[in-house]
This record gives sequence, structure tokens and C-alpha cells, in this order.
Amino acid sequence: MLKVIVFAPLLGAAILGLFGNKMSERLIGLIACSSVGVSAIAAFVAFSKLLGVQPDSGGVRRISETLFTWISVGTFRADFGFVLDPLSGVMILFVTGVGFLIHMFATGYMSHDPGFWRFFAYMNLFMFMMLTLVLGDNFLMMFVGWEGVGLCSYLLIGYFFTLPSAGDAAKKAFVVNRIGDFGIALAMMLIFYKFGTISFIDKEGLVGVFTKAATMPVEALTFSSLWAGGLTTIAILLFIGATGKSAQIPLFVWLPDAMAGPTPVSALIHAATMVTAGVYMIVRSNAIYAKAPMALTIVAIVGALTAIFAATIGLSQWDIKKVLAYSTVSQLGYMFLACGAGAFTAGFFHVVTHAFFKALLFLGSGSVIHSMHHEQNMAHMGGLKKYLKITFATMGVGTLAISGFPLLSGFFSKDEILWKVKSSPILPSNLGLILWLIGLVTAAITAIYMTRMMVITFFGEERFRNNHGSHDGHHGDDHHDDHHSHGHGGDPHESPLVMTVPLMVLAVLSVVGGFVGIPEALAEKIVPHSLHDYTHSFYKFLDPILTPIAASPGNVTGALAQDHHAELMSTVYSTIVALLAIAIGFFLFRDKPLMTMPRLLEQKYYIDEIYDAFIVNPLKSISTTVLWKVVDVGIIDGIVNGLAKFVGFTSRLTREFQSGFTRSYAVFIFVGAVTVLGYFVGYLVFNALR
Amino acid sequence: MVPLSWYLILSAILFTIGAVGVFLKRNVITIFMCIELMLNAVNLTLVAFSSFYKQVYGQLFVFIVMTVAAAEAGVGLALVISVFRNRETLDVDKSNILKL
Amino acid sequence: MEKVFFIIIASLSVAAALSVVAQRNTLYSAFSLIGLFGCLAVAYITLQAHLIAAIQVIVYAGAIMVLFVFVIMLLNIREEELRVDRNRLLIFSVPLGGLLFGLIYFGLKNFKIDEIKGAPVGTSEAIGQGLFSKYLLPFEVTSILILLAIVGSVVLARREKDGDIEDIEDDEQVVKVSMAEKSKVEETKE
Repeated sequence: MLKVIVFAPLLGAAILGLFGNKMSERLIGLIACSSVGVSAIAAFVAFSKLLGVQPDSGGVRRISETLFTWISVGTFRADFGFVLDPLSGVMILFVTGVGFLIHMFATGYMSHDPGFWRFFAYMNLFMFMMLTLVLGDNFLMMFVGWEGVGLCSYLLIGYFFTLPSAGDAAKKAFVVNRIGDFGIALAMMLIFYKFGTISFIDKEGLVGVFTKAATMPVEALTFSSLWAGGLTTIAILLFIGATGKSAQIPLFVWLPDAMAGPTPVSALIHAATMVTAGVYMIVRSNAIYAKAPMALTIVAIVGALTAIFAATIGLSQWDIKKVLAYSTVSQLGYMFLACGAGAFTAGFFHVVTHAFFKALLFLGSGSVIHSMHHEQNMAHMGGLKKYLKITFATMGVGTLAISGFPLLSGFFSKDEILWKVKSSPILPSNLGLILWLIGLVTAAITAIYMTRMMVITFFGEERFRNNHGSHDGHHGDDHHDDHHSHGHGGDPHESPLVMTVPLMVLAVLSVVGGFVGIPEALAEKIVPHSLHDYTHSFYKFLDPILTPIAASPGNVTGALAQDHHAELMSTVYSTIVALLAIAIGFFLFRDKPLMTMPRLLEQKYYIDEIYDAFIVNPLKSISTTVLWKVVDVGIIDGIVNGLAKFVGFTSRLTREFQSGFTRSYAVFIFVGAVTVLGYFVGYLVFNALR
Repeated sequence: MVPLSWYLILSAILFTIGAVGVFLKRNVITIFMCIELMLNAVNLTLVAFSSFYKQVYGQLFVFIVMTVAAAEAGVGLALVISVFRNRETLDVDKSNILKL
Repeated sequence: MEKVFFIIIASLSVAAALSVVAQRNTLYSAFSLIGLFGCLAVAYITLQAHLIAAIQVIVYAGAIMVLFVFVIMLLNIREEELRVDRNRLLIFSVPLGGLLFGLIYFGLKNFKIDEIKGAPVGTSEAIGQGLFSKYLLPFEVTSILILLAIVGSVVLARREKDGDIEDIEDDEQVVKVSMAEKSKVEETKE
């Protein structure tokens, strides 16, 4: 069953990649969507099977499938196997589900693109890699998927490869991700060194990494533990990988540029699935993190800083997709913040809800861009709600969800994260309180910039008219009958059904997705008692995979954890903040939609420039002056040319012997004969003298 | 009775003359003849030893050497004719490339 | 008495050998070589190797040297030009030859064996016994060698057909051949 989930998209990718260029768009779309659809159905079936499985001694339900032993060297063994447990179960549900919706959307969005088949071949390949990443039953399998999604991300960001910006963005994403991948590779080696295995689970003849990690002592909360080579080092190396894939400080710079890819790619890869792989990996490795409080602290701090940092940049962007990109970075920061606070399930819950509303927002933006004839600058939009009713409504739901509007999915997950951070027993002293404050501010900024995006795009003056009229001869002509009026002016029109249906489905999911994870304190107040099992089912379902974490010494916030009243108060705070921020955003930008933003924010804190100045350019100059001109030309070429010269020199010497003159050959034979003779005579003489 | 070493030294002298002749002469036929000379010098040694040791095998060996010399002369002279036909020369220094 | 006879034979053969190398005319070299072979045949007789002596005269001096003389006459070789100064191998070869002789001389000059009593061994009976019993295989192999030599000589010395003349890349050769043909044609005209 797990095989089907993983390999169905691969089959689709193979068919499309090999024969797609001869197929019609209809057939390509059908194959692409159905391969993911099969995968999604199989995922649901597998998930329902999982619910019926008897939990093992640790209380974890698990279905594992080993296809074959992939590598076996000495004690090292890596199986080609898949494992379905609550964590990967939830993950494949939304990966295949959201993936299917996005594929469907893309058949509309990408229509009439010359590389249609190539696009869907890559997309299906991505699904295969992502599912390998999620279902792989050891670190190496996960790493295969990890690299595979990186590759697909590269291919899809650079999909419009004729544009230099797309190519550059693809390269940037690839290179930055490689930095993180070094962390993963090193962590894997260290894991094998430390545990003698890389398997996630206990199997016949194999003991899982996490089983062993759970029995180890908690490491000290000191900086020296970071490079001591213990669990903390492993955890930090894994986190370095996660910062690359999940776009955290300092490796987040690739994600905003990755928006050069088609919008469905941004929705699937750079919002819903691939970028959350880092969070997935950390939740998966929670047994290791549980023993490494220093690593958790760093994860939390980095997450919080990324969250607020990216949110402030998001406040000032004009490209609709860039806003969403920074929003994604910011939300990913939230997830890491939760993980760092020890609330792995809360973080993972946010992964799920975020997948719904961020995919929705991206697809909505795609719908807007589609109807605006690939215009992405919000300054040239405005007043679109009249023309794009469905898009407006669904994106509105998404915005409210991400802003934390009460009772929508984002509200529950974000609220849970904030509360878990505030009451974290794991973070040292009262760091939890500080991070909670940062989180709260971030929540406010998030609400503001999302509202700003909505207002600038859908409300106010119809700025696109002037823009189009200035360089389009068909000014004022309406093309309602022309379904695909690319290259023509006129009123924007709503996207076809194949694009709006996914929007509507995702909007519904964004609304109801949170109801499986209502925080307990809140649930007591607003949900009938009989339904409590359902409203908290997400946490109940996932809790068995967690390893208990010991409280940090000197922690002052942990005492709050059982205080339901304080939790409710926290909820109230965040609700007020969210509502206020939405209101501020709405009224502020309704009146002045084109308000200039601080230059520092518009320039993204000059991060790219700083990286260029301190990392990229020194690297380039070192590469040019030292590596190229000295090492390559001087040493490597020198060795090669020197060898050639040496051979040439000796050849010139020995060539003299190969003169072609028969008599000189005779002389050589003669010299040899004399030498041998001389040896024997000398021997005789020597013996005679003795 | 002539001592054995006299025969040996005569053989050495003849062999050396033959060897030096191979180096000095450019005419391929003369070179051939010098090689025959060297073979005969060796034959003399073999016959001398055979005779002094009263063993017949040395002379059997000479018999075979003569056969080989005859074969060599046959093939060698055929080569000489073939080369001369193409180059109009018997100078070995002028046939120093591996083609006709 | 024997020693004096040996010395005469030895000096004659050395003189003949030097003559082989020193003569500029190839034909004279060949005659000198025949003389040398005769001297060696005499030396074999002093060693009581009568059969070998006879073969030496018949096969070597007779058959092989006749072949040489045939070829020399056939090719109509001019005298070698005097090119001693350009013979750079001379400076190597004479010292090398001296060295070789020195080594052989020092290796063999004191070589002595105790005199072994017995009948002379060089009779045709003894040689035939050895050749057709114990050394039959080498004898047969030698015959194969000669067969090969016959085939090889025929292949090498065979004159190429006129049709193969294009294969020869040497322009001069082609020109010469065509000239010869032309003159032939002219001759027939006349």
C-alpha cells in the first residue's frame, strides 16, 4: 500500500517525462492529476488502516514496509523501506491532498504553456520525492527524498529558464540548500557513529536511532555541548539542514527569490510541502532533541527571530508573491519556535493548517496573476473584488486564517504555539516569555501585512486600467467572450472552474482544519463535552511519537503549563491583537494603499547585499585569485603540464636511441652483450682474487 | 698437441672482427657476411670443446647452427633483394624508415 | 709441429677475417670469407671433426657463399664510397670491439681441462647416432625451420606484378617505372 503512495507519482513522472511532448494538454493533465490522485486515495486508505492497527509497546501505531535492503556494509544497513506512523500519516494526507488540488489548479494555470508536459513531469517527480522523504524509514531514505525535492525545486524555480532571473533564483536556491544539506550529511554520519544505525524504527536485526536516543541522558545546557559530538551536535547539524530547506535565518534568502517559478510551484513546494520538511524532520527526531536542551533553545530563538524578521520585510513588499514568500518564512519560524519550546505537536499542527491556508493564498494569488495577465505588482492592481469574486472570497478566508481570526484554523494552531512557548518548561529561565512576546508581535505584523495585501489587491481604485491603457491599443475594449485574452486589455475575469474549485476546497479546509486541534482550555469553554475527543484528536493521535522532555533547570515559565485560566487569557490577548491588527491594516491601507514603506524594509534589511559583500564576493575573489589562478592554473595545470613536459623531455632523450639506423641497434645489442659478459668475467676475477 | 685455449682465443679474435665489422660496414651484404663470420667463430668454440671433452653433442649443435645459418642466409638475401628492388641501395643507413 | 701448423692456420683465418671487413668490394669480401671457411675447415680437421669439416666446405663455402656471390653479382653493386669520417659509429665500435675481445680473452685464456682419453668423436657414425636418436626432435624442428625459410624467401623475393605498382608511394620509383615502360614502347616501335 505504501509502495503505491510513493510510486504512483513516479510512474506519472516517467510517462510524462518520456512521452509527454507528444501528448495533448488534456491527456497530460489527466495523467498528472490521476497519478497524484491515486497516491492521495492510497494515502487515505493507508491512513484509515493505520487507525485500525494495534499500538505497539510504546503506544505508537505503525505500518512498515521494507522493499529490500538497499545498502549493507559491515554493521551499516540502510533499507529501502517505508514507515507509516501518526506523523508521516498526517503528513502524507495533506501532501497528497493539497498536492492533488494544486495539480488540478495548475492544469488551468499552466494551460497554453509550451513546457506543459515538462512542468507536470517535474511536479509528479516532486511528489514522488516528497513522499519518499516523508515515508522513508531511515535517515538515508529521508535524505534521498530531501535531495530529490531540492532537485525538483531547482528544476521548477528555473522552469522559465529563458529568464535570467529564474535561472539565477534556481541556482541560488540550489546552492543555499546544499549548505544546509552538508549539515544533514554530517548529522547522518554522526548518528551512525554514535548509534550504529540510521533506522527510524526498530526492525528485525535493527534497533532504531530514537529507541537508543530515548535511553540516553539529557545533555547539559551549555555552549560547549554544541561541538562535543553528542546528541546536541547531531541536533544542531540537523537543524542547519532544516534552516536550509525551511528557509530560516541565515539561509532563508533563497525562498523569496524562488518565487520566480510558476505560482503552483510556489504553492506546492515553497509553501505547503517541501519547506515544511525541516519541521517534519525535527519532529521526527524529537527523541534526539529531547536530550539536547541547548539545541532546542537555539531552534526556538532562530525560529522566533526569523518569524519577526521575515514578517517585517513582508510588510513592505509590492510583489504579491513576495509578500506570501516572506509570510511563509515567517510562519515557518513559528513552527520552529514551537519545536524549540518542546511543543512538537503544536508546531506540526501549524504545518498542517499552514499547508491549507498558504496553499490557498498562493493559489489565490496565482488566480489573480492569471487574470491580470501575469502582472505580479500589487501597485498595478486594486479593486479586483468586483471581478474576481471567488478568488476574493477564498483569499479572504485564507487571510483571516493566517491572521489568527477566531475559530479559523490558523487561530487554533498559532494560539497553541504561543501558549506553549509562554508556558514552556524547557526553555531556560524566562526566555519563553520573551519569545512569546516576539511571537505576539509577529502575529500582529502578520495580520497587518496580510490585510495590506488583500486591501491593495482587491479594494480601492482600479489602478490596472491606467497601467494597461498606457501601452495597450485595446484600451476600454471588453473581452468577456474571449476566455483567454492574453495580451489584451480589458476587465480581469475570473479563472476557470478547474482553478477555482481547488480554491474553494482549500478555503473550506482552512476554516475547518483547526477543529481537530482545539487547545484543551479553550475546548472546555466552547465545545460540548461529548465532542472533546474529536476536538483534541490531533494531539492525542500524535502524542505517542513524542519522547518526554525533562524540564530545564532554572525555568520559570513551566509553572504556568497547568494553569487553564492563564491559557485562556493568552488566547484572549492573541485574539485581541489579531483583530486589532486586521483593523489597523484595513483602515490604514484602504485610505493610502500605495503608502511608502521604510526603505530598510523594502530593501529586505539589505540581507542580500550583506551576503554578497561578506560571503559571495570574498568567495568569488578567493576563487578567482587563489583557486583559479594559483591552485588551478599554477598547481593543478602545473602538475599536468609538468608531467607532460617531463615525459616529453625523457622521450626526447630516449628518442635518440630509436634512430632507425640498424647498426646503432646492433651496437645496443652489443653493449648489452658486453655488459653481461663483463658481469660474468668480473665475477670470475672477483672469485679468483678471493 | 695444441691447447684448448688457443682455439678459444682464435675464436674470440674472429668473433670480435665479425662484431666490429657489423658496426663498421654499411653494406647490408657485408654485414651479413660478418654475421656468418661470428657464427663460425662460435662454431669453432663448440667443435673445440666437443673434441677436447670427447663428447659428440657440441658437433651436433654446430650441425644445427649451420642449418640455421643457411636458412638465415636464404631469408636475409631475399630481404636484401626486396629492399634493393625498392630503394636501389644496400646502405642500411638509408633504409631507416619503416616503409618501402 | 702441430702448434706451428695451428699458428699458420690461425693467422691465415685472421687475415681472411680482416679482409672480409676491410675490402671495399663486396665480392672480394665474399671471396675472403670463403677462404676463412676453408681455414676453419682445416682447423676442424685438426680437431678430428671430419664430418663437420666436410659440411663446412660443402654447405658453407659451397652452397651459402655461392648464394651470396649470386646475389652480389645479381644486384651489380658498386663499390662503397669512402665515408669513414662520417661514420660516427667507428669511435664506438673499435673500443667496444677491443673491450669485447679483452673480456673474452681474460675469461678464457687460462681455460684448461684435463686431457680425456678416448676415441675421436667427430665421425659421421657418432653424429648420425646422436642426430637420429637423442636429438631427433631438434633435427625435425630444424627441417621445419628450413621449410619456413624457403617459403619466406619465395614470398620476399617474388617480383611484384605490374598491377601492384600503384601501391608504391615512392614517386621516384613510379617515374622510373613509367620511363622504363616508355623506352620499351619506343624500342618496339623501332
